Amino acid sequence: MAAQFDLNDDGLVVIVGSGAGGGTLGTQLALKGIRTVILEAGGRHEIEDFQNDEWGSFAQISWLDPRTTSGTWRVAKDFAGLPAWIVKAVGGSTIHWAGASLRFQPHEFKARTTYGEVAGANLLDWPITLEELEPYYARAEDRMGVTRTNGIPGLPGNNNFKVLKAGADKLGYKACHTGRMAINSQPRDGRASCRQIGFCFQGCKTGAKWSTLYAEIPKGEATGNLEVRPNCQVLKIEHDPQGKVTGVVYADGDGNLQRQKARVVAVAGNSIESPRLLLNSASNLFPEGLANSSGQVGRNYMRHMTGSVYGVFEDKVRMYRGTTMAGIVSDEARHDPYRGFVGGYEMETLSLGLPFMAAFLDPGAWGREFTSALDGYEHMAGMWLVGEDMPQERNGVTLHKETKDKYGMPVPNVHFDDHPNDVAMRNHAYRQGAELYNAVGAVRTFPTPPYPSTHNLGTNRMSERPRDGVINKWGQAHDVGNLFVSDGSQFTTGGAENPTLTIVALALRQADYIAEQMGRNAI
Amino acid sequence: MSQAIHGAIGRRGFLAGTASAAAATAILVSGGAILKPSEAWGYEVKALKPGTMRTLVRMARDIYPHDRLADRFYVVAVKPQDEAAAKDPAIRNLLENGVATLDAAAKSKHGTPFVEVGWEADRVRLLRGMETDPFFQKVRGGLVTGLYNNQEVWPLFGYEGESASKGGYLERGFDDIEWL
Ligand SMILES: Cc1cc2nc3c(=O)[nH]c(=O)nc-3n(C[C@H](O)[C@H](O)[C@H](O)COP(=O)(O)OP(=O)(O)OC[C@H]3O[C@@H](n4cnc5c(N)ncnc54)[C@H](O)[C@@H]3O)c2cc1C
Ligand code: SF4
Repeated sequence: MAAQFDLNDDGLVVIVGSGAGGGTLGTQLALKGIRTVILEAGGRHEIEDFQNDEWGSFAQISWLDPRTTSGTWRVAKDFAGLPAWIVKAVGGSTIHWAGASLRFQPHEFKARTTYGEVAGANLLDWPITLEELEPYYARAEDRMGVTRTNGIPGLPGNNNFKVLKAGADKLGYKACHTGRMAINSQPRDGRASCRQIGFCFQGCKTGAKWSTLYAEIPKGEATGNLEVRPNCQVLKIEHDPQGKVTGVVYADGDGNLQRQKARVVAVAGNSIESPRLLLNSASNLFPEGLANSSGQVGRNYMRHMTGSVYGVFEDKVRMYRGTTMAGIVSDEARHDPYRGFVGGYEMETLSLGLPFMAAFLDPGAWGREFTSALDGYEHMAGMWLVGEDMPQERNGVTLHKETKDKYGMPVPNVHFDDHPNDVAMRNHAYRQGAELYNAVGAVRTFPTPPYPSTHNLGTNRMSERPRDGVINKWGQAHDVGNLFVSDGSQFTTGGAENPTLTIVALALRQADYIAEQMGRNAI
Repeated sequence: MSQAIHGAIGRRGFLAGTASAAAATAILVSGGAILKPSEAWGYEVKALKPGTMRTLVRMARDIYPHDRLADRFYVVAVKPQDEAAAKDPAIRNLLENGVATLDAAAKSKHGTPFVEVGWEADRVRLLRGMETDPFFQKVRGGLVTGLYNNQEVWPLFGYEGESASKGGYLERGFDDIEWL
């Protein structure tokens, strides 16, 4: 039975957000016997509510509260009010995610050491190593049922994958397969196997794809130690005169303000909302925002170097059939500065339905050049390019000076300028992607610009020294002992890999740490 | 007071004269879906002048030209503009003034209103000249969903839409590619 806790219960761990970070942490703490409440701004939509309809689903569960953008990135022009594609619902963005679950490479935890000084980049080594995280990666993979780990077979390749694979073979790429996916290739953990429905971005109707909504949270609730309160948006974190956090103020489903007391607060609202909340929790004691003595809260925002390549072929592909991210080429993920940039990138199949393709293939474009591309929709194959981008101090989240949301909380502005390294990597990736498709007879290819950010990282980064970042190697605020950050905003650097496996591994590790610290009464 | 759009009513009249016309003229398109051409034809404007609506439909096809899509899909796609204009005078003005500006440009260049400029390339040049205007952006922006989020056009692009209720593609060709 799901727990129901009192607002004045000051023995709880209060978690903000129920996505990859918050949903995993809350469940794991509950399994360890720690009483936990998750406050989630969005509603609870179960599998039967999911829609095989791109815009319908988008309207149903996306975070659509006002946001503003600035900077030279193209998203600021094409989607000025939508810097990121993030879910606002129980389960967070793990409802929309594609399921690609990759470990970081060892050198990616040591970006500053490996890449050296990169002008304009605020590079730093992580305060942890791959070896330290490895046991937790292993636990995360088991828990999420990642294919090609734990003896779980890979998924079968769909049409889109077969085109990718044929092109990869022609180019001599070696590391191409159907991916490490948190999608059941056979029934596992009480969830069915993938039916190749093809609407992974709209919520998986079979539950084959891991999501905290149905693969974690119900297990936590079953312990009686976890309560998830949907439609509750946290507005402020409060603290006592000693600087320890004491609870949070939130707006409930009826718009009424409530105060939930807490022993520990963990922030996991994704990389735009988490720093927004800390900045909005400024006080006399913390005038620049909570946990912000370093001035790094909201800075170093990363969104991965991204872009897509679509190819049109003489014959039909029907890329939309089956898993959205159906395969990967990892040959370019290595660090090899001879290519003209540091870090690397992955190539992963991607498919959009016609409605999203029209919106994202070349935003703003019109006329026959554009429509003849869409006329080739059935003949298209597609890939997404995702690589490490450079943390830059100026990129990030600030509170808007005038505009406020419906609860009176300043809206976040998201500023982003591409770093020259990002641009060089993107151009390289566009070239390789086009070559791959040309090698199997593409008649046209399209270098498609980045979509609103799906990987939002780095805005409360981990650092060894308190002056370089917001949190320590456990995700614990340098400035406030009983305050944690538990989502992708912890990332010191982004790596080339999709981030969620790392977010989950960090959450599992953090749960052990919180339990240990609480056990010793250190927090 | 509402007046039907010129082109639309003509064809609707034709259909109405034929017994069970809608059924008889249902078009079988590639992919096997049946499209019913009846609904959109008789669209009657709510707030915009019929001529304005007709220009918007022409504009819609020039912005996103798909030769295999019948006019009625473009009518459906711009319909939300008329509906928005009915609710908000500012939008009505934006659209009416925008079309007037476009017509003025067409007349000065070609001596005819926009819809009567014969070649697509000439019409596109006129539109390129105003593509950053709020009017153009509003019309184009609305079309992205108005045109492409219409389930009835999907089969014409070979997009099959919803698949969960059919059991996904596991047994329905997720990996049926043969030409590689
Ligand atoms: C279309 C798409 C495809 C993706 N594919 C992949 C993939 O294949 N592999 C991969 O690794 N990653 C993928 N991602 C990214 C992945 O979903 C995210 O990295 C991950 O979910 C982030 O976890 P998080 O805990 O930081 O935030 P989220 O999962 O976004 O959860 C944050 C939650 O916090 C809630 N919240 C925010 N602010 C507040 C507040 N003030 N009060 C209460 N609640 C709040 C939000 O409503 C949300 O539910 C994809 C994302 C998208 C959108
Ligand atoms: S393709 Fe597989 S993982 Fe994706 S939504 Fe369908 S069943 Fe779920």
